[in-house]
Amino acid sequence: MAVSAAVAVLGTLIGLYVSLWAKNFPRTVAALAAPPTGGANLTLETVAAVGKKLSPQHPEWVSYLVKSNGRWIRSTVFKVPAYSVVHVTLYQFDTPTGLRNPFLSQVQGTVGGTATLDGKAFRSIEPEEASHTFAVPELGVFVPLAGVPEEAKNQCEEGPCELTSAHRTITFSFRTGARGRYRWQCFVPCAAGWLLGNGGPMQTLGYMDGFIDVV
Amino acid sequence: MEGPNHARRFVTLWLIASAIATPLVVLLLGPALPPGKASEQASGQVADNTVLIGMSTPVLLLVVLYLLYAVIYFRQPRGAVLEGPGVRGDSRVQTTWLVVTVALVLALAAYGTVRLYADRGAGSGSGPAPLTKPSGAKLPVQVIAQQWYFTYRYPTHGGVETPHLVLPVDQTVELHVTSIDVIHSFWAYQLGVKADANPQVDNIAYVKPTKVGSFEVRCAELCGIWHGEMFDRGQVMTREGFETWIHQQQVNFAPATKVLPPYGRTYLPEPKRRGE
Repeated sequence: MAVSAAVAVLGTLIGLYVSLWAKNFPRTVAALAAPPTGGANLTLETVAAVGKKLSPQHPEWVSYLVKSNGRWIRSTVFKVPAYSVVHVTLYQFDTPTGLRNPFLSQVQGTVGGTATLDGKAFRSIEPEEASHTFAVPELGVFVPLAGVPEEAKNQCEEGPCELTSAHRTITFSFRTGARGRYRWQCFVPCAAGWLLGNGGPMQTLGYMDGFIDVV
Repeated sequence: MEGPNHARRFVTLWLIASAIATPLVVLLLGPALPPGKASEQASGQVADNTVLIGMSTPVLLLVVLYLLYAVIYFRQPRGAVLEGPGVRGDSRVQTTWLVVTVALVLALAAYGTVRLYADRGAGSGSGPAPLTKPSGAKLPVQVIAQQWYFTYRYPTHGGVETPHLVLPVDQTVELHVTSIDVIHSFWAYQLGVKADANPQVDNIAYVKPTKVGSFEVRCAELCGIWHGEMFDRGQVMTREGFETWIHQQQVNFAPATKVLPPYGRTYLPEPKRRGE
Protein backbone atom coordinates (compact mmCIF):
# COMPACT_ATOMS: atom_id res chain seq x y z
CA MET A 1 0.00 0.00 0.00
CA ALA A 2 2.75 2.41 1.01
CA VAL A 3 4.78 1.46 -2.07
CA SER A 4 1.76 2.09 -4.33
CA ALA A 5 1.19 5.47 -2.74
CA ALA A 6 4.86 6.40 -3.12
CA VAL A 7 4.81 5.34 -6.78
CA ALA A 8 1.62 7.35 -7.37
CA VAL A 9 3.11 10.45 -5.75
CA LEU A 10 6.35 10.07 -7.68
CA GLY A 11 4.43 9.55 -10.94
CA THR A 12 2.35 12.65 -10.30
CA LEU A 13 5.44 14.74 -9.57
CA ILE A 14 7.16 13.50 -12.73
CA GLY A 15 3.99 14.21 -14.73
CA LEU A 16 3.81 17.73 -13.29
CA TYR A 17 7.46 18.35 -14.09
CA VAL A 18 7.03 17.17 -17.69
CA SER A 19 3.86 19.22 -18.19
CA LEU A 20 5.51 22.34 -16.74
CA TRP A 21 8.50 21.80 -19.00
CA ALA A 22 6.25 21.33 -22.03
CA LYS A 23 4.23 24.44 -21.17
CA ASN A 24 7.40 26.49 -20.77
CA PHE A 25 8.68 25.69 -24.25
CA PRO A 26 7.95 28.79 -26.29
CA ARG A 27 5.23 28.45 -28.87
CA THR A 28 6.33 28.57 -32.49
CA VAL A 29 5.57 31.77 -34.37
CA ALA A 30 5.42 31.59 -38.15
CA ALA A 31 6.99 34.41 -40.12
CA LEU A 32 4.48 36.23 -42.33
CA ALA A 33 4.64 35.63 -46.05
CA ALA A 34 5.99 38.59 -47.98
CA PRO A 35 4.21 38.23 -51.36
CA PRO A 36 5.63 41.13 -53.45
CA THR A 37 9.24 40.30 -52.65
CA GLY A 38 8.80 36.64 -51.79
CA GLY A 39 10.15 35.01 -48.69
CA ALA A 40 8.88 35.92 -45.26
CA ASN A 41 8.75 38.84 -42.83
CA LEU A 42 9.75 38.59 -39.21
CA THR A 43 9.17 41.51 -36.86
CA LEU A 44 11.03 41.47 -33.55
CA GLU A 45 11.82 43.76 -30.67
CA THR A 46 14.31 43.61 -27.85
CA VAL A 47 13.46 44.98 -24.43
CA ALA A 48 15.62 45.56 -21.36
CA ALA A 49 12.92 44.17 -19.05
CA VAL A 50 10.23 41.91 -20.42
CA GLY A 51 7.62 42.91 -17.85
CA LYS A 52 5.08 41.06 -15.69
CA LYS A 53 2.52 40.79 -18.46
CA LEU A 54 4.74 38.63 -20.66
CA SER A 55 6.87 36.98 -18.01
CA PRO A 56 5.32 36.91 -14.54
CA GLN A 57 8.16 34.76 -13.19
CA HIS A 58 10.99 36.93 -14.48
CA PRO A 59 9.64 40.38 -15.34
CA GLU A 60 13.07 41.97 -15.05
CA TRP A 61 14.76 39.72 -17.60
CA VAL A 62 15.99 41.07 -20.91
CA SER A 63 14.15 39.53 -23.84
CA TYR A 64 13.32 39.34 -27.49
CA LEU A 65 9.65 39.63 -28.45
CA VAL A 66 8.02 38.73 -31.73
CA LYS A 67 5.00 40.26 -33.40
CA SER A 68 2.22 37.79 -34.08
CA ASN A 69 -1.27 38.76 -35.22
CA GLY A 70 -0.60 42.37 -34.36
CA ARG A 71 0.50 41.62 -30.79
CA TRP A 72 3.91 41.35 -29.19
CA ILE A 73 4.42 37.95 -27.65
CA ARG A 74 7.33 36.35 -25.87
CA SER A 75 8.58 33.57 -28.07
CA THR A 76 11.94 32.77 -29.62
CA VAL A 77 10.93 29.90 -31.88
CA PHE A 78 10.29 31.15 -35.38
CA LYS A 79 9.08 29.20 -38.41
CA VAL A 80 10.40 30.34 -41.79
CA PRO A 81 10.29 28.79 -45.28
CA ALA A 82 13.24 26.84 -46.69
CA TYR A 83 15.33 28.23 -49.55
CA SER A 84 13.86 31.68 -49.24
CA VAL A 85 14.72 35.16 -48.03
CA VAL A 86 13.65 36.19 -44.55
CA HIS A 87 13.25 39.94 -44.05
CA VAL A 88 13.76 40.94 -40.45
CA THR A 89 12.65 44.23 -38.93
CA LEU A 90 13.92 44.66 -35.41
CA TYR A 91 13.04 47.43 -32.97
CA GLN A 92 15.73 47.82 -30.36
CA PHE A 93 14.67 49.39 -27.05
CA ASP A 94 17.63 48.39 -24.89
CA THR A 95 20.78 50.36 -24.07
CA PRO A 96 24.31 49.19 -25.00
CA THR A 97 26.20 46.57 -23.02
CA GLY A 98 29.05 45.93 -25.46
CA LEU A 99 30.38 42.86 -27.20
CA ARG A 100 32.89 40.70 -25.42
CA ASN A 101 34.21 39.56 -28.80
CA PRO A 102 34.50 42.63 -31.08
CA PHE A 103 34.69 40.34 -34.11
CA LEU A 104 30.91 40.00 -33.92
CA SER A 105 30.46 43.74 -34.46
CA GLN A 106 30.54 43.10 -38.20
CA VAL A 107 27.42 42.11 -40.10
CA GLN A 108 27.82 38.64 -41.59
CA GLY A 109 25.68 36.36 -43.68
CA THR A 110 22.95 38.81 -44.63
CA VAL A 111 21.87 39.61 -48.16
CA GLY A 112 24.48 42.06 -49.43
CA GLY A 113 26.52 41.66 -46.26
CA THR A 114 24.82 44.69 -44.75
CA ALA A 115 21.92 45.73 -42.52
CA THR A 116 20.30 49.10 -41.94
CA LEU A 117 20.25 51.11 -38.73
CA ASP A 118 17.56 53.78 -38.60
CA GLY A 119 17.41 53.68 -42.39
CA LYS A 120 21.16 53.80 -43.06
CA ALA A 121 23.08 50.81 -44.34
CA PHE A 122 25.98 49.61 -42.21
CA ARG A 123 28.54 46.79 -42.22
CA SER A 124 29.70 47.09 -38.64
CA ILE A 125 29.19 49.07 -35.46
CA GLU A 126 31.47 50.04 -32.62
CA PRO A 127 31.66 46.93 -30.37
CA GLU A 128 30.80 48.90 -27.24
CA GLU A 129 27.62 50.23 -28.87
CA ALA A 130 26.13 46.77 -29.21
CA SER A 131 23.11 46.07 -27.10
CA HIS A 132 22.41 42.62 -28.54
CA THR A 133 23.09 40.50 -31.60
CA PHE A 134 20.79 38.41 -33.73
CA ALA A 135 22.93 35.46 -34.73
CA VAL A 136 22.23 32.12 -36.37
CA PRO A 137 25.71 30.55 -36.35
CA GLU A 138 24.87 27.55 -38.50
CA LEU A 139 23.50 29.84 -41.22
CA GLY A 140 26.47 32.20 -40.81
CA VAL A 141 24.17 35.09 -39.87
CA PHE A 142 25.47 37.66 -37.37
CA VAL A 143 23.88 41.08 -36.97
CA PRO A 144 25.00 43.44 -34.19
CA LEU A 145 22.19 45.57 -32.80
CA ALA A 146 23.18 49.06 -31.71
CA GLY A 147 21.65 50.17 -28.44
CA VAL A 148 19.56 53.18 -27.54
CA PRO A 149 21.91 55.82 -26.06
CA GLU A 150 21.96 55.81 -22.26
CA GLU A 151 20.98 59.49 -22.19
CA ALA A 152 17.99 59.05 -24.53
CA LYS A 153 14.72 60.38 -23.18
CA ASN A 154 11.48 58.45 -23.03
CA GLN A 155 13.08 55.06 -22.61
CA CYS A 156 10.82 52.04 -22.39
CA GLU A 157 10.64 50.69 -18.84
CA GLU A 158 9.28 47.24 -19.60
CA GLY A 159 7.96 45.20 -22.47
CA PRO A 160 6.10 45.15 -24.67
CA CYS A 161 7.48 48.47 -25.84
CA GLU A 162 5.72 50.73 -28.29
CA LEU A 163 7.40 52.75 -31.01
CA THR A 164 6.64 55.95 -29.14
CA SER A 165 9.53 55.02 -26.79
CA ALA A 166 13.17 55.65 -27.71
CA HIS A 167 14.34 52.91 -30.04
CA ARG A 168 16.60 51.97 -32.94
CA THR A 169 15.26 50.27 -36.03
CA ILE A 170 17.41 47.59 -37.64
CA THR A 171 16.48 45.75 -40.82
CA PHE A 172 18.24 42.98 -42.67
CA SER A 173 17.50 39.94 -44.80
CA PHE A 174 19.04 36.51 -44.83
CA ARG A 175 18.63 33.42 -46.95
CA THR A 176 17.52 30.12 -45.50
CA GLY A 177 18.75 26.81 -46.81
CA ALA A 178 17.63 23.27 -46.24
CA ARG A 179 14.93 22.34 -43.77
CA GLY A 180 16.03 21.95 -40.21
CA ARG A 181 16.09 23.46 -36.78
CA TYR A 182 18.77 26.08 -36.28
CA ARG A 183 19.54 27.72 -32.96
CA TRP A 184 19.89 31.45 -32.74
CA GLN A 185 21.23 33.49 -29.88
CA CYS A 186 22.43 36.86 -28.60
CA PHE A 187 26.19 37.15 -28.21
CA VAL A 188 26.20 40.24 -26.03
CA PRO A 189 26.56 39.38 -22.32
CA CYS A 190 23.34 41.24 -21.63
CA ALA A 191 21.84 39.32 -18.72
CA ALA A 192 21.95 41.82 -15.88
CA GLY A 193 23.01 40.44 -12.53
CA TRP A 194 24.66 37.30 -13.86
CA LEU A 195 28.38 36.63 -13.81
CA LEU A 196 29.76 37.13 -17.32
CA GLY A 197 26.27 38.28 -18.35
CA ASN A 198 25.41 34.89 -19.76
CA GLY A 199 23.02 33.36 -17.22
CA GLY A 200 19.27 33.60 -16.73
CA PRO A 201 17.64 34.93 -19.88
CA MET A 202 20.70 33.99 -21.95
CA GLN A 203 20.29 30.34 -21.01
CA THR A 204 16.53 30.04 -20.95
CA LEU A 205 14.55 29.44 -24.10
CA GLY A 206 12.07 32.19 -24.78
CA TYR A 207 14.20 35.18 -23.88
CA MET A 208 17.54 35.78 -25.63
CA ASP A 209 17.86 32.63 -27.68
CA GLY A 210 15.75 30.07 -29.46
CA PHE A 211 15.29 28.20 -32.69
CA ILE A 212 14.58 29.01 -36.27
CA ASP A 213 12.56 26.20 -37.77
CA VAL A 214 13.18 26.14 -41.50
CA VAL A 215 10.31 24.22 -43.05
CA MET B 1 43.30 -41.92 -11.18
CA GLU B 2 44.99 -38.55 -11.35
CA GLY B 3 43.02 -35.75 -13.05
CA PRO B 4 44.37 -33.47 -15.77
CA ASN B 5 46.78 -30.64 -14.96
CA HIS B 6 44.30 -27.81 -15.32
CA ALA B 7 46.84 -25.06 -14.78
CA ARG B 8 49.14 -26.27 -17.55
CA ARG B 9 46.24 -26.95 -19.91
CA PHE B 10 44.67 -23.54 -19.31
CA VAL B 11 47.92 -21.61 -19.70
CA THR B 12 48.67 -23.47 -22.93
CA LEU B 13 45.20 -22.72 -24.24
CA TRP B 14 45.52 -19.06 -23.30
CA LEU B 15 48.97 -18.70 -24.88
CA ILE B 16 47.79 -20.23 -28.14
CA ALA B 17 44.64 -18.08 -28.21
CA SER B 18 46.64 -14.93 -27.46
CA ALA B 19 49.24 -15.77 -30.10
CA ILE B 20 46.50 -16.08 -32.69
CA ALA B 21 44.15 -13.29 -31.59
CA THR B 22 46.62 -10.51 -30.77
CA PRO B 23 48.18 -10.18 -34.26
CA LEU B 24 44.71 -10.48 -35.81
CA VAL B 25 43.33 -7.70 -33.63
CA VAL B 26 46.36 -5.47 -34.24
CA LEU B 27 46.43 -6.03 -37.99
CA LEU B 28 42.69 -6.05 -38.71
CA LEU B 29 41.21 -3.75 -36.08
CA GLY B 30 44.18 -1.42 -35.57
CA PRO B 31 43.90 0.53 -38.85
CA ALA B 32 40.19 1.16 -38.21
CA LEU B 33 40.69 2.64 -34.75
CA PRO B 34 39.84 6.30 -34.09
CA PRO B 35 40.54 9.10 -34.79
CA GLY B 36 41.88 8.26 -38.26
CA LYS B 37 44.98 9.54 -39.98
CA ALA B 38 44.20 13.12 -40.95
CA SER B 39 47.21 14.49 -39.07
CA GLU B 40 50.49 13.30 -37.62
CA GLN B 41 48.95 13.53 -34.14
CA ALA B 42 45.85 11.56 -35.16
CA SER B 43 48.05 8.87 -36.73
CA GLY B 44 50.06 8.71 -33.52
CA GLN B 45 46.85 8.23 -31.55
CA VAL B 46 45.81 5.40 -33.85
CA ALA B 47 49.21 3.76 -33.18
CA ASP B 48 48.76 4.30 -29.42
CA ASN B 49 45.26 2.84 -29.49
CA THR B 50 46.61 -0.13 -31.43
CA VAL B 51 49.29 -0.74 -28.81
CA LEU B 52 46.69 -0.50 -26.04
CA ILE B 53 44.30 -2.88 -27.71
CA GLY B 54 47.19 -5.24 -28.54
CA MET B 55 48.26 -5.32 -24.90
CA SER B 56 44.73 -5.68 -23.57
CA THR B 57 43.80 -8.57 -25.89
CA PRO B 58 45.70 -11.25 -23.87
CA VAL B 59 44.24 -9.81 -20.64
CA LEU B 60 40.72 -9.99 -22.03
CA LEU B 61 41.36 -13.54 -23.27
CA LEU B 62 42.71 -14.54 -19.86
CA VAL B 63 39.49 -13.45 -18.16
CA VAL B 64 37.08 -14.81 -20.77
CA LEU B 65 38.88 -18.13 -21.28
CA TYR B 66 39.21 -18.68 -17.54
CA LEU B 67 35.48 -18.14 -17.15
CA LEU B 68 34.68 -20.53 -20.00
CA TYR B 69 37.17 -23.11 -18.76
CA ALA B 70 35.68 -23.02 -15.27
CA VAL B 71 32.14 -23.30 -16.61
CA ILE B 72 33.04 -26.32 -18.73
CA TYR B 73 35.41 -28.29 -16.48
CA PHE B 74 34.26 -27.42 -13.00
CA ARG B 75 30.54 -27.67 -13.62
CA GLN B 76 28.62 -29.33 -10.78
CA PRO B 77 27.02 -32.59 -12.01
CA ARG B 78 23.27 -32.38 -12.43
CA GLY B 79 21.48 -33.24 -9.19
CA ALA B 80 24.65 -33.41 -7.13
CA VAL B 81 25.28 -31.19 -4.14
CA LEU B 82 29.01 -31.22 -3.66
CA GLU B 83 31.22 -29.41 -1.25
CA GLY B 84 33.97 -27.65 -3.16
CA PRO B 85 37.58 -28.36 -2.36
CA GLY B 86 39.28 -26.13 0.14
CA VAL B 87 41.05 -23.26 -1.57
CA ARG B 88 44.27 -21.97 -0.10
CA GLY B 89 46.39 -19.12 -1.28
CA ASP B 90 48.98 -19.93 -3.92
CA SER B 91 51.95 -17.61 -3.58
CA ARG B 92 53.18 -18.44 -7.10
CA VAL B 93 49.90 -17.40 -8.67
CA GLN B 94 49.63 -14.29 -6.52
CA THR B 95 53.21 -13.25 -7.24
CA THR B 96 52.82 -13.85 -10.94
CA TRP B 97 49.60 -11.85 -11.01
CA LEU B 98 51.13 -8.91 -9.12
CA VAL B 99 54.33 -8.89 -11.18
CA VAL B 100 52.53 -9.12 -14.50
CA THR B 101 49.91 -6.45 -13.74
CA VAL B 102 52.48 -4.06 -12.25
CA ALA B 103 54.73 -4.60 -15.26
CA LEU B 104 51.85 -3.94 -17.62
CA VAL B 105 50.77 -0.74 -15.89
CA LEU B 106 54.33 0.57 -15.59
CA ALA B 107 55.06 -0.29 -19.21
CA LEU B 108 51.97 1.57 -20.33
CA ALA B 109 52.84 4.56 -18.14
CA ALA B 110 56.34 4.66 -19.61
CA TYR B 111 55.00 4.24 -23.13
CA GLY B 112 52.45 7.02 -22.62
CA THR B 113 55.03 9.40 -21.17
CA VAL B 114 57.47 8.77 -23.99
CA ARG B 115 54.75 9.20 -26.62
CA LEU B 116 53.48 12.44 -25.07
CA TYR B 117 56.99 13.82 -24.97
CA ALA B 118 58.12 12.59 -28.36
CA ASP B 119 54.93 13.67 -30.09
CA ARG B 120 54.92 17.16 -28.50
CA GLY B 121 51.78 16.64 -26.48
CA ALA B 122 50.26 14.21 -28.99
CA GLY B 123 47.56 16.70 -29.94
CA SER B 124 46.62 17.61 -26.39
CA GLY B 125 46.79 21.03 -24.82
CA SER B 126 50.17 21.37 -23.13
CA GLY B 127 49.61 24.61 -21.26
CA PRO B 128 51.23 27.96 -21.94
CA ALA B 129 54.80 26.57 -21.86
CA PRO B 130 54.93 23.12 -23.51
CA LEU B 131 57.82 20.89 -22.46
CA THR B 132 58.70 20.09 -26.05
CA LYS B 133 58.08 21.98 -29.26
CA PRO B 134 58.24 20.78 -32.83
CA SER B 135 61.18 22.08 -34.81
CA GLY B 136 60.78 24.18 -37.94
CA ALA B 137 58.29 26.83 -38.95
CA LYS B 138 54.94 26.82 -37.23
CA LEU B 139 51.73 28.59 -38.15
CA PRO B 140 50.21 30.14 -35.03
CA VAL B 141 46.41 30.06 -34.88
CA GLN B 142 44.45 31.26 -31.88
CA VAL B 143 41.26 29.43 -30.98
CA ILE B 144 38.86 31.72 -29.10
CA ALA B 145 35.95 30.04 -27.35
CA GLN B 146 32.90 31.82 -26.04
CA GLN B 147 29.38 30.83 -25.13
CA TRP B 148 28.59 29.30 -27.68
CA TYR B 149 30.88 29.71 -30.61
CA PHE B 150 34.49 29.26 -31.67
CA THR B 151 36.35 31.87 -33.68
CA TYR B 152 39.94 31.74 -34.91
CA ARG B 153 42.63 34.38 -35.11
CA TYR B 154 45.67 34.28 -37.39
CA PRO B 155 48.34 36.58 -35.87
CA THR B 156 50.77 36.19 -38.77
CA HIS B 157 48.10 37.24 -41.27
CA GLY B 158 47.28 40.68 -39.97
CA GLY B 159 45.55 39.33 -36.85
CA VAL B 160 42.41 38.58 -38.85
CA GLU B 161 39.70 36.68 -36.97
CA THR B 162 37.54 34.18 -38.84
CA PRO B 163 34.39 32.21 -38.10
CA HIS B 164 35.82 28.94 -39.43
CA LEU B 165 39.10 27.08 -38.92
CA VAL B 166 41.10 26.48 -42.07
CA LEU B 167 44.61 25.02 -42.01
CA PRO B 168 47.23 24.32 -44.67
CA VAL B 169 48.24 20.72 -45.28
CA ASP B 170 51.70 19.47 -44.25
CA GLN B 171 52.31 22.53 -42.08
CA THR B 172 52.86 22.36 -38.34
CA VAL B 173 50.24 24.49 -36.62
CA GLU B 174 50.62 25.94 -33.14
CA LEU B 175 47.12 26.26 -31.72
CA HIS B 176 46.70 28.75 -28.89
CA VAL B 177 43.43 27.79 -27.24
CA THR B 178 41.71 30.20 -24.88
CA SER B 179 38.27 31.35 -23.77
CA ILE B 180 36.73 34.74 -23.19
CA ASP B 181 34.09 33.61 -20.73
CA VAL B 182 33.65 30.18 -19.10
CA ILE B 183 35.60 26.95 -19.57
CA HIS B 184 35.23 25.16 -22.88
CA SER B 185 37.24 22.47 -24.65
CA PHE B 186 38.37 22.63 -28.26
CA TRP B 187 38.09 19.24 -29.91
CA ALA B 188 39.06 18.79 -33.56
CA TYR B 189 38.27 15.10 -33.64
CA GLN B 190 39.70 13.94 -36.95
CA LEU B 191 42.88 15.96 -36.37
CA GLY B 192 43.41 14.32 -32.99
CA VAL B 193 43.44 17.64 -31.15
CA LYS B 194 41.75 18.23 -27.82
CA ALA B 195 42.67 21.15 -25.62
CA ASP B 196 40.91 22.87 -22.73
CA ALA B 197 39.81 26.41 -23.48
CA ASN B 198 40.04 28.25 -20.18
CA PRO B 199 39.70 31.99 -19.59
CA GLN B 200 43.05 33.73 -19.17
CA VAL B 201 44.99 30.61 -20.12
CA ASP B 202 46.95 30.19 -23.36
CA ASN B 203 46.77 26.44 -23.87
CA ILE B 204 49.11 25.39 -26.67
CA ALA B 205 48.57 22.30 -28.82
CA TYR B 206 50.45 21.26 -31.94
CA VAL B 207 49.01 19.62 -35.01
CA LYS B 208 50.31 18.83 -38.46
CA PRO B 209 47.48 17.99 -40.88
CA THR B 210 48.52 15.47 -43.49
CA LYS B 211 45.40 15.18 -45.62
CA VAL B 212 43.28 17.72 -47.46
CA GLY B 213 39.67 17.50 -46.33
CA SER B 214 37.23 18.54 -43.66
CA PHE B 215 37.14 17.86 -39.94
CA GLU B 216 34.70 18.40 -37.10
CA VAL B 217 35.17 20.93 -34.36
CA ARG B 218 33.18 20.48 -31.16
CA CYS B 219 33.17 21.79 -27.64
CA ALA B 220 33.95 18.95 -25.24
CA GLU B 221 33.23 20.74 -21.97
CA LEU B 222 29.67 21.26 -20.79
CA CYS B 223 29.38 25.04 -21.05
CA GLY B 224 25.71 25.97 -20.95
CA ILE B 225 22.45 25.67 -22.82
CA TRP B 226 23.94 25.63 -26.32
CA HIS B 227 26.96 23.44 -25.55
CA GLY B 228 25.58 20.76 -27.86
CA GLU B 229 25.28 23.30 -30.67
CA MET B 230 28.85 24.49 -30.36
CA PHE B 231 30.21 22.77 -33.42
CA ASP B 232 31.61 23.62 -36.81
CA ARG B 233 33.38 22.05 -39.77
CA GLY B 234 36.97 23.00 -40.43
CA GLN B 235 38.99 22.53 -43.60
CA VAL B 236 42.51 21.42 -44.43
CA MET B 237 43.54 22.98 -47.74
CA THR B 238 46.54 22.95 -49.99
CA ARG B 239 49.01 25.71 -49.17
CA GLU B 240 47.93 27.66 -52.24
CA GLY B 241 44.27 27.23 -51.33
CA PHE B 242 44.99 28.39 -47.79
CA GLU B 243 46.81 31.52 -48.97
CA THR B 244 43.88 32.41 -51.24
CA TRP B 245 41.39 31.75 -48.43
CA ILE B 246 43.23 33.77 -45.79
CA HIS B 247 43.62 36.69 -48.18
CA GLN B 248 39.87 36.59 -48.82
CA GLN B 249 39.21 36.56 -45.08
CA GLN B 250 41.42 39.62 -44.62
CA VAL B 251 39.32 41.44 -47.19
CA ASN B 252 35.94 40.19 -45.92
CA PHE B 253 36.62 40.91 -42.28
CA ALA B 254 38.53 44.18 -42.64
CA PRO B 255 35.84 46.14 -40.72
CA ALA B 256 35.95 43.72 -37.79
CA THR B 257 39.75 43.49 -37.82
CA LYS B 258 39.96 47.27 -37.29
CA VAL B 259 38.16 47.06 -33.96
CA LEU B 260 39.81 43.90 -32.63
CA PRO B 261 42.14 44.30 -29.67
CA PRO B 262 45.87 43.80 -30.35
CA TYR B 263 46.72 40.12 -30.57
CA GLY B 264 47.33 38.76 -27.09
CA ARG B 265 47.81 35.35 -25.56
CA THR B 266 44.53 35.70 -23.64
CA TYR B 267 41.65 38.11 -23.42
CA LEU B 268 39.09 38.73 -20.73
CA PRO B 269 37.47 41.84 -22.07
CA GLU B 270 34.82 44.04 -20.55
CA PRO B 271 32.01 43.80 -19.85
CA LYS B 272 32.43 40.99 -17.36
CA ARG B 273 28.98 41.72 -16.10
CA ARG B 274 26.24 43.93 -17.46
CA GLY B 275 26.28 47.39 -15.97
CA GLU B 276 29.97 47.27 -14.98
